Amino acid sequence: MTPPEAEFDELTAEDVSRHFGRRRALSRVSFRADRGAILGLLGPNGAGKSTMLALLGTLLRPSSGRILYGKFDASHHGASLRASIGVLGHDLFLYPELTARENLEFFAGLYGLRDRRGAAAAALEHARLSDRADDAVSSFSRGMRQRLGLERALIHRPRLLLLDEPFTGLDDASAAALGRRLGTLRDQGTIIILATHDLDLAEPLLNRAIFLRDGRVVDAVERPEALRAVYREVMSRTTAVSGFAGSPRSGEAGSRTDEP
Amino acid sequence: MFARIVWLVLRKDFTVEVRSLEIAYTTLFFAISCVLVFAFALVQEGRAPEGGAAGILWIAIAFAGTLALGRTFERERQSETLRALLLAPAARPAVYLGKLLGIVALLLAAEILLVPLVTLLFQAPLLEHPAWLAVILVAGTIGFAAVGTLFAAMLVRVRSRDVLLPVLLYPITVPVIIAGVRATAALLEPQPDAGIIRFWLALLACFDVVFVTLALWTFEPLMTD
Amino acid sequence: MPKWFTPAVVICGLMFAVAPILIAEAPYESTMGLVQKIFYVHLPSAWMFLLAAITCGVASVRYLFRGNPRQDRIAWSAAELAVLFGAITLVTGPLWARKAWGTWWQWDVRLTSSLMGWMVAVAYLLLRKYGGPGSDKLAAGLALFGMANVPFVYISVNYWRTIHPTTNVVPTLPTSFGVPLWFSAVTFLLLFVLLLRMRIRLEEQRTRLDALYLAMDEHR
Repeated sequence: MTPPEAEFDELTAEDVSRHFGRRRALSRVSFRADRGAILGLLGPNGAGKSTMLALLGTLLRPSSGRILYGKFDASHHGASLRASIGVLGHDLFLYPELTARENLEFFAGLYGLRDRRGAAAAALEHARLSDRADDAVSSFSRGMRQRLGLERALIHRPRLLLLDEPFTGLDDASAAALGRRLGTLRDQGTIIILATHDLDLAEPLLNRAIFLRDGRVVDAVERPEALRAVYREVMSRTTAVSGFAGSPRSGEAGSRTDEP
Repeated sequence: MFARIVWLVLRKDFTVEVRSLEIAYTTLFFAISCVLVFAFALVQEGRAPEGGAAGILWIAIAFAGTLALGRTFERERQSETLRALLLAPAARPAVYLGKLLGIVALLLAAEILLVPLVTLLFQAPLLEHPAWLAVILVAGTIGFAAVGTLFAAMLVRVRSRDVLLPVLLYPITVPVIIAGVRATAALLEPQPDAGIIRFWLALLACFDVVFVTLALWTFEPLMTD
Repeated sequence: MPKWFTPAVVICGLMFAVAPILIAEAPYESTMGLVQKIFYVHLPSAWMFLLAAITCGVASVRYLFRGNPRQDRIAWSAAELAVLFGAITLVTGPLWARKAWGTWWQWDVRLTSSLMGWMVAVAYLLLRKYGGPGSDKLAAGLALFGMANVPFVYISVNYWRTIHPTTNVVPTLPTSFGVPLWFSAVTFLLLFVLLLRMRIRLEEQRTRLDALYLAMDEHR
């Protein structure tokens, strides 16, 4: 049977670290995301944003630390948590050979929805793709796939929505439409976490943000007004040291200046 | 609910495959090429080696099966949809079972074409006892596919997956091959020995039960990171 | 390394030095003559191969379901030893068979089953070497399947053989041949334990090194 949905109002990452063998992808990341707010995970490529999203989606387990969904710990409540989480990955998670409707109906069934047809039809409405419902997804433009992918992620009305670089490849109109949709979802009480390296498109949406670099939280912003300034600073710091980042020697070079 | 997920996954795989028929056509054609290569290699003076037909049939199934497994999961990997399947609250063993049934169906379809071909090229009376043959093929295919589906899913994220799949799969499925070939060869005798065939079928049935169960049991821990 | 290690190495070395003497003085088996002596290496190797395979299998199951990294280290080390002792078994077997009965390979059920088990062990090592991150769990799954497969391989190979018209030329292996056999067996067992311990230690060092890299990263 479908596990009952876990109910939670906030998401807390406590000291989360994740490494792959010798490579540390995330180091002691902590933050909180609440209902009715969009949290941004910002940072350059390779900062660990995708890894963090995979952890939040229960696909990966932290090497140390923990993630709490309300009171629920991810390691004990996998399936019921997954029923409350929607993910829009970079690759959109759509079967190109299937039609829009078939994709939606399949995932509706996978998430245990009773009325698959109805849910799919409603999702198509939201995506404004009802007229293309029976065309194969491979024939869709990036923007259309994006809209469909988002509706696929939302079809089971998740409490938590995770988005990985959702603005990639969108034109201005599509990006604006996506922004409006996310705003509506936020107002309806969904917890939204959005990872991106491009602040321009995300800035109007974010309520709060944390900045990641090399797997660490280097800054956090609570007020939307401060976003732009902090972003500029973090990104400029990044480019200044990006030449050194990643090699063992750089540790020494960096620490020599930083050591007290 | 479990059964519903299995059915959903199976139906989805079927629909996806039917749209392009890529894996079906290529696997079939590969199996046929395989058999032809064997024919050229082994047939001397117009006659096939004694009892070679059974072996050739099963080798073709094993090779074609490995190819089909690789392609099926490669497809899931490309659209990252395997991730989407794992993100859903659907029970993971149900996803495995859905995929397994899809692979078995595909292989059985290939076998339906292979059997007459082998009969023709090697003058082997494979179609004398179609019911027995069908049971042997089904039992063997399930065993091969059960292990193969698990390993192929396991290897999806691994770099050398194309070559590692046969390396891992063939040693484990040796009993299936032996049993399948021996049972088929016994069937080809002028007076098939029902006792022998029953023995090998029993072995295949046990193998199927044990390994499908093991796969269902280990699918979750093997797919989580 | 634990305290008992160095003395054990010394003892093992001595035993290996003494063993050939005992073997040379053992009674000749009536039909096969000198060549039969290779059996004192072949049989203990086969036992160690089996022991290594079982160790790998059990540790793999524990690792897969409990996630204890120590079990993973044991499994990997045992797999390497399985390949080692399996190779010795598979080389000494045909050597003996060749001299004794004139053919290198006879599809003897035990040798053939050992060969299949050895292939699984090699596959395990290939997976660990070329599988990249995450291959520890996958290899554990392979080991589990390999272990479950043993009865099926044995039965299928056994009955597959009896259909062939060849006669069974490999005699039933003598189970007790006195002191030289048991001495060899104990020597090999000691060697097995020493190699296992050393190899596990290597993995422990590697893990510690990884942790150090990570910690260094932390304080950058």
